[in-house]
Amino acid sequence: MSVVTDTQVRSEERFRVTRSRRNVAWTGLGALVVVIVLALFPYIVYSGTTTIMVQAFIVLTMSSMWNLLAGYAGLVSVGQQAFVGLGAYFVLILAINGTSPFAALPVAAAACGVASLPLWWLVSRLRSGYFAIATWVLAATVMLIIERFSSIGGGTGLPLPGFSGWDPTLLTAYTYWAGLAVTVLALAGTYFLLRGRLGLVLTAIRDDEGAARSSGARVGLARMLVFVVAGIGCGAAGAVLAISQLQVQPAAVFSVQWTAIMAFVVIIGGLGTIEGPILGTIVYMVLQQTLQSYNAWYLIVLGLVAILIALFARRGLWGLVDDHLHIRLFPVGYWLWTPESAGRRGAGRRGSGRRGIGPRRAGRHN
Amino acid sequence: MAWANAIIQGILTGGLYALFACGLSLMFGVMKVVNLAHGDLAILGGYIALGVIAVTHVPVLWSVLIVVPIMAVLGYVMQRTMIQAALDRSILTTLLVTFGLSVVIENGLLQFVNADSHSLGVGNSIITKSFSIGSQIQIAYLLVLIFTVAVVVLLGLQYFLSASRYGRMIRAVADDREAAQLSGVDYRHVFGIAAAIAFGTVALAGIAYGMYSQFAPTTGTDTILLFAFAAVVIGGLGSLWGTLLGGVVLGVAQQIGAQINISYEVLAGYLVLLAVLVFRPQGLTARKAES
Repeated sequence: MSVVTDTQVRSEERFRVTRSRRNVAWTGLGALVVVIVLALFPYIVYSGTTTIMVQAFIVLTMSSMWNLLAGYAGLVSVGQQAFVGLGAYFVLILAINGTSPFAALPVAAAACGVASLPLWWLVSRLRSGYFAIATWVLAATVMLIIERFSSIGGGTGLPLPGFSGWDPTLLTAYTYWAGLAVTVLALAGTYFLLRGRLGLVLTAIRDDEGAARSSGARVGLARMLVFVVAGIGCGAAGAVLAISQLQVQPAAVFSVQWTAIMAFVVIIGGLGTIEGPILGTIVYMVLQQTLQSYNAWYLIVLGLVAILIALFARRGLWGLVDDHLHIRLFPVGYWLWTPESAGRRGAGRRGSGRRGIGPRRAGRHN
Repeated sequence: MAWANAIIQGILTGGLYALFACGLSLMFGVMKVVNLAHGDLAILGGYIALGVIAVTHVPVLWSVLIVVPIMAVLGYVMQRTMIQAALDRSILTTLLVTFGLSVVIENGLLQFVNADSHSLGVGNSIITKSFSIGSQIQIAYLLVLIFTVAVVVLLGLQYFLSASRYGRMIRAVADDREAAQLSGVDYRHVFGIAAAIAFGTVALAGIAYGMYSQFAPTTGTDTILLFAFAAVVIGGLGSLWGTLLGGVVLGVAQQIGAQINISYEVLAGYLVLLAVLVFRPQGLTARKAES
């Protein structure tokens, strides 16, 4: 971790290490402008558009969390719908007891974070494939338990109370802002998490778990932290889902389809990049909107595209963008400026040429 | 008596679950691939059987002779193409690809067939009947048949793996791929054979399930894959007889749960699985924990 600063101090003018090839301030400013423009949407577009945008926010938030799990911590969870469902149900429970659903949203997200700890304890001993199915079983179990409580709707669910007397336009706008806020927090949270110590530990684990362990990286702790963060994020997405649907049905919120969407969006966009899920969400929404009249077709198409990308273009669409334009909107790695490269494509650009997923950058030395 | 009945029914259903599980277990044991499309492939086998019966009018039991080879060939081809390509990249890729396949098969069935439930009617023969012990215990011949098939399949696999030439190659490749390759074994072909066997048992499981109960496109994941996984984990990874024990424990837990309250059936099975994960993560039969 300190090696990087050392390099900067020691290096003569020939070597420099920066986060990005371009000035990050511009990307930050750009992101701010995008967020402000998005925040103004309820004033300038029809409510039909904002409703679709809320869907996109939900998908983007969930996908970013799944990307954190699979792309950075190497945990393929097929049970993230457990947290989507729990988030929705926590909002429902609080709303039944008189809390405003919007005030319940952050509480529900935090409660999902707490709930993820015992769930992590149950599955943490399993690796890769068995971890995947175990999380799936957990999600099914959580749903079966929730369905036992008839006071929160049992097997059929309940409409979400707490909005009687709201002006529909205002409700749509508030829902939109809640979705936007959750998404911005999820993306910003991911970004700063990965820039920090955790990001380095995760990169180390991904490259060589044994080596990371023996150099003192707390692998289990890092994975748990990612699982908890993903629980909070998916819970928040589930809470927004409950508010936007105005009802909570166990089979709908605990559907494995949510995890399928997360996985496809991340694979298509680019596993192990923060930008990937954004691009993937756009592709998903376009496909979903154009093919939605053909029922299951969009999931078939998405699935096939995801399989092909996982096999033949493992860095996803963002990988293609990155290869050709060398852009990183959210740089979490490092860029080594060598005398030969001089800012252009040069020696050792692809590092040791190992698996291309993730923030591994040009000649990243640490 | 009602409890004795629940336990007997549970043991017999356990045979069905062991049949679900042995393909999953075999593919993991040999190729280290956890096939997330396992359940959907079983249901696909059920639908192929439906199609075969509709076209040829053969009895259900005879359709096994057509469907199992079809699925075995499919297994070999898929292993040599898609799954091998994923394996060459990383274990993570195999999960992504098989999960994608699972969603594609399930939604493909929804799109091209429909969401209705189907079953493979066995017609009016001896296996639709049942015999009774005492006044309260009724045992369906069908369940006995499925249990017997499961035991025969497990015995056959055991014999095949320990005694036949291909079985030895499969074990050699599973133990040490490079060493097996140096001795002239084409590991890709061996993987293909193992996948063909696994897919064959998967087809058998799908047909058995279709005879035992109704199936719809979503049954593949929410019943077969998860139950198969539960049987494998309860019994202990990588042990064929452990798988049978795991299936039986799962079946008994479900039937006892159902005896308390019919809606506890599935939940009771999962709770036993979670208890095993907590208290005996290596499974009931394994001696030492493996990561």
